[in-house]
Amino acid sequence: MTTTKASVRKPVKANTRANAGKKERPFKRPLWELRLYVAGMTPTSVRAFENLKKLCEEHMHGAYKIQVIDLLERPKLAGGDQIIAVPTLVRRLPTPVKKIIGDLSNTERVLVGLDLRPAETWR
Amino acid sequence: MPALIKSAKSTKNSSHRTPGKVGVQKVPTGIRGLDQITHGGFPRGRTALVCGGPGTGKTLLGLEFLVKGATQFNEPGVCFAFEETAEELIVNMASLGYDLNALIKAKKLYIDYVHVERKQIEETGEYDLEGLFIRLRHAIDQVKAKRVLLDTIEILFLSLKNEGIVRAELRRLFHWLKDAGVTAVITGEAGEKALTRYGLEEYVADCVIALDHRVNEQISTRRLRVVKYRGSAHGTNEYPFLMDDEGISVMPITALGLTHHASTDRISSGVDSLDKMLDGKGFFRFSSILITGTAGTGKSSFSASFANATCAAGERALYFAFEESPSQILRNMGSIGLNLDRWIKRGLLHIHASRPTSAGLEAHLAIIHKEIEDFKPDVVVVDPITNLVSAGDLSSVKAMLTRLIDFLKIKGITAMFTNLVFQGEIEETAIGISSLMDAWLVLRDVPHGNERIRTLNLLKSRGMAHDTNMHTFTLSNKGIAIDDHHQSISAQAG
Repeated sequence: MTTTKASVRKPVKANTRANAGKKERPFKRPLWELRLYVAGMTPTSVRAFENLKKLCEEHMHGAYKIQVIDLLERPKLAGGDQIIAVPTLVRRLPTPVKKIIGDLSNTERVLVGLDLRPAETWR
Repeated sequence: MPALIKSAKSTKNSSHRTPGKVGVQKVPTGIRGLDQITHGGFPRGRTALVCGGPGTGKTLLGLEFLVKGATQFNEPGVCFAFEETAEELIVNMASLGYDLNALIKAKKLYIDYVHVERKQIEETGEYDLEGLFIRLRHAIDQVKAKRVLLDTIEILFLSLKNEGIVRAELRRLFHWLKDAGVTAVITGEAGEKALTRYGLEEYVADCVIALDHRVNEQISTRRLRVVKYRGSAHGTNEYPFLMDDEGISVMPITALGLTHHASTDRISSGVDSLDKMLDGKGFFRFSSILITGTAGTGKSSFSASFANATCAAGERALYFAFEESPSQILRNMGSIGLNLDRWIKRGLLHIHASRPTSAGLEAHLAIIHKEIEDFKPDVVVVDPITNLVSAGDLSSVKAMLTRLIDFLKIKGITAMFTNLVFQGEIEETAIGISSLMDAWLVLRDVPHGNERIRTLNLLKSRGMAHDTNMHTFTLSNKGIAIDDHHQSISAQAG
């Protein structure tokens, strides 16, 4: 648990806003595997997807994969990841699995939720 | 059971002022007794709330509603379990005699375990609970469900931080359920100030049932109450209920009033000479008979003779024994020439023996009620009711006996109760129940020279000319023999 956290946190620190985008220094591993569950293309789901896209580009450039699942089309999949709210972002990898619900409009909270930023120390 | 439900329903409809229009349509729960209390079941297409503290049987009641729907009314069900996994529910229900696996396989039941771990969830920005709705719709489609159980939806308040969204979505959920045309049951943990901790009753206005589990002097009793039922009459009392290997049974008996039909038919007491004292024909049918006496005066002998005569006439007798085991009764009654075993073998007699302290008073009466529903007797003997007093306080004993006697009369059952009294208090029966009884036979045991003589006295027998004299009687292997001529021993009595 702690080792995972540390290994995730380190490259992030090197990749904060100042040098983001400039120097391409993607982490070798882990690969981010994200799923965004939505129910139809509602304004909220579109907003969530856009927010997510932007955030991924900024913080895990080139090392992520987003799968959008529309539950209206594939209702069966809701049970597997225990989805009740939409939109829900599920971080499948790296483990442990994390969930963030909402339109992902608060970037800082999303970063905390994805363990890209420690919840306690960040100010 | 179904016949009963039907009759309750039809009488309701027919007595309604504008039949078919105003009355709430109902879905029978199939749960023993509950459909009678609610006059037909839960409101069709609506949501009913079942609330109560931990361990009061909310989940079981909800699941039984689904199981009965699937097995008896061709209404498949969906259970959304927020607290227990499907496996856990299956195991729990198996211990109560229900095979959920078979129902799931037959596509009559769908269980979805909804698990939301707050620790791994971060919330940011707007969201709704459409995911839950989609799962629910999917589940309903899978089995074409007509019934839904959400157990317990209030977990959402613990799992999600934004209470505003949860409340708004709950309101939407209940509307959605209504539109979906399913009859739903939701469970809720009892709250300190409100009925439920999160005020679920705010959303579910149609039908609210409260369950309760109280322990009084180490004896526990479960109770059920219909708090509210919009647009429908319902029983308002607290009704005791049982949870056993046949699921839930609620005892719907209540003080039904004095509307029962008084019969002029007679039924033999089983003792010829006693029948003679009773206007020559025996007791009235559907009446309640009390036999009091000190220890060893022959109360059980009279009640067993009564049961014996009932069976000999081809009718059914149910004997509740709270002091002796069935084999003890058979042996002892064999000594006065009664062969009760043959009636048991023929299925005309059933002896139900249990210790009075094994359950609360109300639970006992619920058991009595359930046995009566099962066995459908013509005659019931409770030997003795005294012991039930040890399971409850005096006022509740009397209240419950009133209910029981009313129930028996409505069912057309003749009942005999024995009551053990102590020397000196013979005519003020311990429980003051004699006023509820139609006939009262007092047995005494009086010293007479070197021996003790048994005497009997018909203290009352409503509605007939009866022999009020005191008689002596004897017990022998030929049964009970009452002397025709009364003895001048009354002065010595008491």
